[in-house]
Amino acid sequence: MSDLAIRVEHLSKQYRIGAQAERYDTLRDVITGTADRVVQRLKPGANGGSAANTIWALRDISFDVRRGQVLGIIGRNGAGKSTLLKVLARVTEPTEGLGEINGRVGSLLEVGTGFHPELTGRENIFLNGAILGMKRTEISRKFDEIVEFSEVGQFIDTPVKRYSSGMYLRLAFSVAAHLEPEILVVDEVLAVGDAEFQRKCMGKMGDVAQEGRTVLFVSHNMSAILRLTQETLVIEKGQLAMRGPTPQAVDYYLSHGYATEGERTWESGEVPAEAYPFRPVALRVRDVRGKVADTIRSTEPATLELEYCLAESITGLRVGLYLMSTRGEYVFTSFDTDAPEAFERYSARPAGRYISRCTLPADLLNEGRYVIGVNASSYRIKRYFQDEQAITFTVDGAGAPGTVWPEPRLGAVRPRLDWQIEVITE
Amino acid sequence: MPAEITTPTVYLRPSKGWIPLNLADLWAYRELVYFLTWRDIKVRYKQAALGILWAVLQPVMIMVVFTVIFGRLAGLKPDAGIPEAWYPVFSLAALLPWQLFQAALQRSSVSLVGNANLLTKVYFPRLIIPFSAVAAGLVDFLISLVVLFVLMLAYGVSFSWNLLWLPLLVLLALMTALAVGLWLSALNVQYRDVQQIVPFLLQAWMYASPVAYSIDLIPATGPWRLLYGLNPMTGVIQGFRWALLGSSPPDQLMVISIVMVIALLVSGLFYFRRMERKFADMV
Repeated sequence: MSDLAIRVEHLSKQYRIGAQAERYDTLRDVITGTADRVVQRLKPGANGGSAANTIWALRDISFDVRRGQVLGIIGRNGAGKSTLLKVLARVTEPTEGLGEINGRVGSLLEVGTGFHPELTGRENIFLNGAILGMKRTEISRKFDEIVEFSEVGQFIDTPVKRYSSGMYLRLAFSVAAHLEPEILVVDEVLAVGDAEFQRKCMGKMGDVAQEGRTVLFVSHNMSAILRLTQETLVIEKGQLAMRGPTPQAVDYYLSHGYATEGERTWESGEVPAEAYPFRPVALRVRDVRGKVADTIRSTEPATLELEYCLAESITGLRVGLYLMSTRGEYVFTSFDTDAPEAFERYSARPAGRYISRCTLPADLLNEGRYVIGVNASSYRIKRYFQDEQAITFTVDGAGAPGTVWPEPRLGAVRPRLDWQIEVITE
Repeated sequence: MPAEITTPTVYLRPSKGWIPLNLADLWAYRELVYFLTWRDIKVRYKQAALGILWAVLQPVMIMVVFTVIFGRLAGLKPDAGIPEAWYPVFSLAALLPWQLFQAALQRSSVSLVGNANLLTKVYFPRLIIPFSAVAAGLVDFLISLVVLFVLMLAYGVSFSWNLLWLPLLVLLALMTALAVGLWLSALNVQYRDVQQIVPFLLQAWMYASPVAYSIDLIPATGPWRLLYGLNPMTGVIQGFRWALLGSSPPDQLMVISIVMVIALLVSGLFYFRRMERKFADMV
């Protein structure tokens, strides 16, 4: 028996765009569509020509995963990561190519799959476990462990519709985390719950890897990818852009595909439909002179601005930025209505074109490369748009505190602190 | 490690044409059928004040309506050999298998779309979904069967050994629902028109089955009985009335019914398997 857990050759997956845009066909469409096609076929010189209505979500992907390897998969939204996982988890078939999987696959494509709101926590553990492929005896055996891990013990006989979203997710993750498949496919689960629980999850993932099981780990969290994997695939536009040691793959990923001119613009096709009525136009980094720049100086203030359109008025909208290091660790999050006055004044925004702009004070960031993410949402109502890696920019440390010593300083911030030195004895 | 030896290798490749049923895979996932069925039953009467009592109330209320409209006003008579006063029992004996069939078909035809979140996230044999949707009606049926027995005692109907045929008749009703449900559920993934057609289909089907009236109304001569027998529910209902009330036993029409069901079921299974690979992309 081979020591490969997964072998994939020339895997491709094609989707019809029409089917996604219209949600579903009706008989009438099919009848008229068939009529059209017949007419088309009767026309001389016409060839099928269906390419216009289809896209390749995956194109000619080949790779293999050794038994016991923890492989990271990174890529921008829509690059085809999820499609790849779906094919590997046998949820959908490839259009072309071949895959070979040795061992039971457990997928955490989305935690809580099959949870029913009317059922209690206890009932959902059994139902969800069965859906994920566990035997009843296996679930009974692990039941106490699952409950303990989820920290919802006292509500275990309450319908999960009464759970807070945090409790719900914790329970869902716990069930999935206690699966014992040979190959575990994990997608974005670490966004679950509070920091404490996230740490537990990371620990569990590490354990799984330690036990010699194969893990495919998909995440936008670069620090998690770096910590948990040695090797990573980068997927770009449905193709395998590179495979390499994780630090190199992360560098490649973070420096490719972003605008490097200090400006990121969105074409209307790039914005998902659910963002409506919000539409991002551009994100810019401006230096102290107001020039759009890729590099700003640590010792000078800079401006970050997001230009966007609202097709309809939105109430409670807040537009904000995340700042991250290229290691994926958050430096800060800030919203344009953080100030109570701003919230009063702009909580209802009529349709129109806007720029939300903020100033990064001087002496804030350490030298290095940073990633800005964008979020537009109404608190607890809807997240209109989110792009966690919208743009990267460089901070130049020249003249910053401590640059007299030419050594790298740890930490994302480099404030100019007011030090007092008091001489007590002489 | 022994686990490695038993670990199956799964091949991912585009499938073409007709796909084998792979019943072994279905068997391996039998517990999931149980859990999904259990979920459907459990959820159905949650937060309903009368709870599972609805399983009894529904057929009984329809029986009352039928007795008043068809039995009294329209003056329809039960099968030859059954006292006219037995009309309520006569109609309830048909309503039970009919409602079992109706609910099973209703649920199975929308089952795939209703479980879209599972189809797009997790692998398991897709046949499990319509299977469990069909099975979920059995508990309701068994509860209302008790009510029927009580009513039979009240009317002084004597029980016979023919009752032992009931499980087979129930199986035939469920197979009919499953056969049609497989076709409709797979079609419904692509064409939501199916959802609109099902209520009408069921209504027409009920009038084409001897639920409210006696099969004696169908002319015994000419092709009519034969055509009527193409409807498998005719055989099921005739069988129920025979086993419970002692009316005339199902005749050779039963054979036509069974052949019909098997043909529908086998074709439905293969059609379902053929469409299955597209479910996750289309649902």
